[in-house]
Amino acid sequence: MSFSVTEPSVATKWFAGTAVMLYAIITILPLMWIIATGFKSPADSIAYPPKVVFEPTLEGYVNLFTQRTRLNQDDLDALPPPETWYDEMVREQGQVITGRSRYGERFMNSVIIGFGSTFLCMVLGTAAAYAFSRFRVPLKDDLLFFILSTRMMPPIAVAIPIFLMFRQLGLNDTHLGMILLYTAVNLSLSVWLLKGFIDEIPVEYEEAALIDGYTRFQAFYKVVLPQAATGIASTAIFCLIFAWNEYAFAVLLTSGTAQTAPPFIPTIIGVGGKDWPAVAAGATIFLVPVMVFTILLRKHLLRGITFGAVRK
Amino acid sequence: MAQIRIENVRKEFGAFTAVQSSSFTIEDGEFFMLLGPSGCGKTTTLRMMAGLELPTSGEIYIDGEEVGMKPASKRDIAFVFQMFALYPHMNVGKNISYPLLSQGMPKAQVKKKVDEVAQILGITDILKKPVGGLSGGDRQRVALGRAIVRDPKAFFMDEPLGALDAEFREHMSEELRALHDRMGATTVYVTHDQLEAMQMGDKIVVMNHGVVEQFGVPQDIYDWPATMFVASFIGSPAMNFLNFHGIVGTGTTAVTLAESEIKVPEQLGGARGDLALGVRPEHVHLDDSSDYRGEVTATEYLGTTQIVTLNTPNGEIKARTPSSDRVVVGEKTGLRFDERTITVFEAEKGRAVLSAANQGVLSHG
Repeated sequence: MSFSVTEPSVATKWFAGTAVMLYAIITILPLMWIIATGFKSPADSIAYPPKVVFEPTLEGYVNLFTQRTRLNQDDLDALPPPETWYDEMVREQGQVITGRSRYGERFMNSVIIGFGSTFLCMVLGTAAAYAFSRFRVPLKDDLLFFILSTRMMPPIAVAIPIFLMFRQLGLNDTHLGMILLYTAVNLSLSVWLLKGFIDEIPVEYEEAALIDGYTRFQAFYKVVLPQAATGIASTAIFCLIFAWNEYAFAVLLTSGTAQTAPPFIPTIIGVGGKDWPAVAAGATIFLVPVMVFTILLRKHLLRGITFGAVRK
Repeated sequence: MAQIRIENVRKEFGAFTAVQSSSFTIEDGEFFMLLGPSGCGKTTTLRMMAGLELPTSGEIYIDGEEVGMKPASKRDIAFVFQMFALYPHMNVGKNISYPLLSQGMPKAQVKKKVDEVAQILGITDILKKPVGGLSGGDRQRVALGRAIVRDPKAFFMDEPLGALDAEFREHMSEELRALHDRMGATTVYVTHDQLEAMQMGDKIVVMNHGVVEQFGVPQDIYDWPATMFVASFIGSPAMNFLNFHGIVGTGTTAVTLAESEIKVPEQLGGARGDLALGVRPEHVHLDDSSDYRGEVTATEYLGTTQIVTLNTPNGEIKARTPSSDRVVVGEKTGLRFDERTITVFEAEKGRAVLSAANQGVLSHG
């Protein structure tokens, strides 16, 4: 590997830096707006001109996690004094807490389905990619193309057949059903990405392990897997992001026990007027797991994206 | 330590035949070279011995046991790869200990073995280092360490010096040979570099297009090539061929080229048609008393010797002569050939004709 690289001039660096900063700001701005809205009062959230400086409140978050009902002032006064800070906050709006909202459950559904399908996708994808990369599979190219072709149409095009199929199989509104569905959709991506990564790992490492007295399977998980970690991590992020954000199938196929957060968040609006801060709070919390996951794997992700870009 | 015997081994990849029915024997403790141009089947042959490829047909015996279909992990052999194939996620010590760990050897004993091997190879100070930052030579040593650490029946090496700088290669090849002499283990070594093969090998197999062309000690192969391919592949510059049309019969001791008589060793086989006299450049002498003449077209100065290119009635040839010979391009000069070392080839088949001089070599090759 030898490159001839000339150091960019100061002007170029400034220009590039500014461009990247601008792009970052444009991308991050809506996100910041959502996060900010989560801490606004309902009045501030719809104020015009929009408020950049406001008094932060946790009302949105309290509303997100609670079910409330509106009482008239006399009834409110008749109640015993509020026990907690959030009770008090709700009382000030003329409401009382009647129970917990379903956001927590829906969020956990997203976690189970998102991470479950990502895990399954990685297990199946790595095994398939390894086989395609290392063994003489009959009709290899055709099979690979077939796998890729499942990605060529928008998944929602098969929504109705899948809906009917799920109903027949009793998979409607189940965690298992959604995990299988997201795995199926993501598998083409993971097989192709992982095959690329495994292709880059010289076969000699496994052969060395075979010679050193290990079985094929030991060679796979002791030698190939550690080196494919980068690829597996970045592929896992892609799969998780898809499964996490998916909306259309979730709306269609889940309504109760297995409903994920994306179809649930918009329903928050309905409770007691347009509660934008609660919606924004729901969206903010929803962002956290993918962010944490990505930050944890960011080293791998960066290497993963540029992996294979340079011919050795 | 083991004898390795290859019998009628053949390997096909789909329609492509990588190795055609090959047989040879590697004696216990030999440093054995598999030599040939790229794509000749030498690496495939080695990989079949190691168990990384399965032969399409034929038998492979290690230590008298037929192992053709046995997985590599069960053959108790070590393999040094061209690119070393050190496990990148382990440090030097872990790499060397890895073959021992698969056998479930106790930790203390593993450590003792690794330290011992590191001592032999002079890499004790880098045992804790990751393999990523090592120099080519150190990687090579670690790869060797991983191979010798568990006293395998045989060492297989696939162009282990190919990835090293030219300077360093020579040093490493000496180290390798010394290591082999010290351990006395059967070693099979694949290379495309004929010099390396001649320097290091006890015995050489020359392969081309999946066929074993010749099998023997370096000196015999150099002096008495069995085929025109071997003659031209080994030696630099390659053996000269003086092409002519004619007949040699049993008892022939001279052939006539451009009306001058050239003595050859007594022929024991017969051949007719397109023939060639094979002469090594160092056996071509510029001698004005000879009536076989050639015209100098180029000279190449190499210090004590020079390579003189000449045009003769039977094609272009090269002579290696002392630099003290005054040679001028364009001049015509007489040429004399060392009769003792000439081999007659059948040009079409590319095979050497048996003679009194080469019969000892060809009859067992």
